[in-house]
Amino acid sequence: MAKRSIVPFGPQHPVLPEPIHLDLVLEDETVVGAVPSIGYVHRGLETLVKKKDFKQYVYIAERICGICSCGHGLGYCMAVENVMGIDVPERAQYLRVIWVEMSRIHSHLLWLGLLADALGFESLFMESWRVREKILDMFDETTGGRIIHSVNQVGGVQKDMDSSMLKHLLETIKDIERDIKPLVDTFLKDYTVQSRLKGTGILKKDDAILLGAVGPMLRASGVEYDVRMLGYGAYKNLSMEPVTCTDGDSYGRCVVRIKELFQSFDLIREAIGKIPEGDIHVPVKGNPSGEYFLRIEQPRGEAIYYVKGNGTKFLDRFRLRTPTTSNIPPLVETLKGCQLADVPVLILTIDPCISCTER
Amino acid sequence: MGKVSKSPWLLHYDASSCNGCDIEVLDCLTPKYDIERFGIINTGDPFQADILLITGGVNSQTERVVKQLYSQMPEPKVVVAVGICACTGGVFKECYNIRGGIDTVIPVDVYVPGCAARPEAIIDGVVKALAVLDEKQAVMKTPEEKER
Repeated sequence: MAKRSIVPFGPQHPVLPEPIHLDLVLEDETVVGAVPSIGYVHRGLETLVKKKDFKQYVYIAERICGICSCGHGLGYCMAVENVMGIDVPERAQYLRVIWVEMSRIHSHLLWLGLLADALGFESLFMESWRVREKILDMFDETTGGRIIHSVNQVGGVQKDMDSSMLKHLLETIKDIERDIKPLVDTFLKDYTVQSRLKGTGILKKDDAILLGAVGPMLRASGVEYDVRMLGYGAYKNLSMEPVTCTDGDSYGRCVVRIKELFQSFDLIREAIGKIPEGDIHVPVKGNPSGEYFLRIEQPRGEAIYYVKGNGTKFLDRFRLRTPTTSNIPPLVETLKGCQLADVPVLILTIDPCISCTER
Repeated sequence: MGKVSKSPWLLHYDASSCNGCDIEVLDCLTPKYDIERFGIINTGDPFQADILLITGGVNSQTERVVKQLYSQMPEPKVVVAVGICACTGGVFKECYNIRGGIDTVIPVDVYVPGCAARPEAIIDGVVKALAVLDEKQAVMKTPEEKER
């Protein structure tokens, strides 16, 4: 047996925009084990429900994570609305779907760029992020913010999109679709990219289910599971099939995310076609009392929200289980047996979002 | 801003931010904003960095990492606090695990407000940091160097 050595990875590392620490156990160049340790971004946001009332907390929920901000706001608002028995107007539900799918596009393009950066393919990174700017500009136009949008509120949404904005959004999506086609070809067909992605970090279907993988990580292993199929919000009126791939390797995860981009374009188009006229929010009276569990599909996978109200304006408890938390055990599994040089790429393929994980 | 006397290298660390400012910092490097036109390169190595960009408030875990990164950077060095959390603690100020702004741990030269800080504001902050860097460099010069 070769001599074992331990290499620390992170918290500050060029490939990671966020701090996570891993102790990699190596035999020569091969990783035989990985011990993750987290806690660098822990702020204690769940306890803030005792200091901010349930309407103010929407702004905190959106700041759990900057990339999935829109989704966290939506999940929290939907959970509170279910506790209070509020019927959200149809138009607001459609607007929420449009904004959440836009943030999925922004998140997946960001991931593709970071993946290219981890592979050392600088120009592909720059190109992906150049295309992503278009969707950020669209966010800026429709919500007033590039990253944190603050559009969700308990009882609906704060801002409306008029017909000219929706038309511009359709045009922007068409532009993005045209611009990413050559990028997609590079990601899926380029020899160099394939040689880094194909066959690395294989997660078998059984392991993925056993270890509780979620989102694109799970779907890349061939499991048809997407929480959007449950039809929460306006998804019940939209047609969608979960994107899957049976490879289970890094390449498969890349394929799933790219296909989801196109799925999001279609969902936005369909939502804009079906959006009804009407109010965008309803007045909220009283305070939440009771508890509720809710699942939604974030760009990174299934997120679970739990809310417990006690009849006052301060909630008793808010709990969030984020997709990256459940993707860390599968990550540790895929790291076993890989080469040291592949570690940054494998960590990226779960699309880690540490600030969600630690809150 | 006058002539830039140096092509400064930049080190970015997330002290406990929500990610929003981090992706905006990375955004500054990409084609639309392109901070490289000032000769600035994002490096992962504190030993080669001149400007430290920090996002997010400081907690007990990241405190020692921030101090270590700061001490590893060669003089002269400039610290830029990006985002309102890095400046004062922001919305996370009341959290039990947040100390407050970056200035509770290391000296900060430039504050960039905003939640999330916009790329234009970050670039403005970095350009201000360049002026501070020049000042600090001038102070460090020996009398012979000043005569030259």
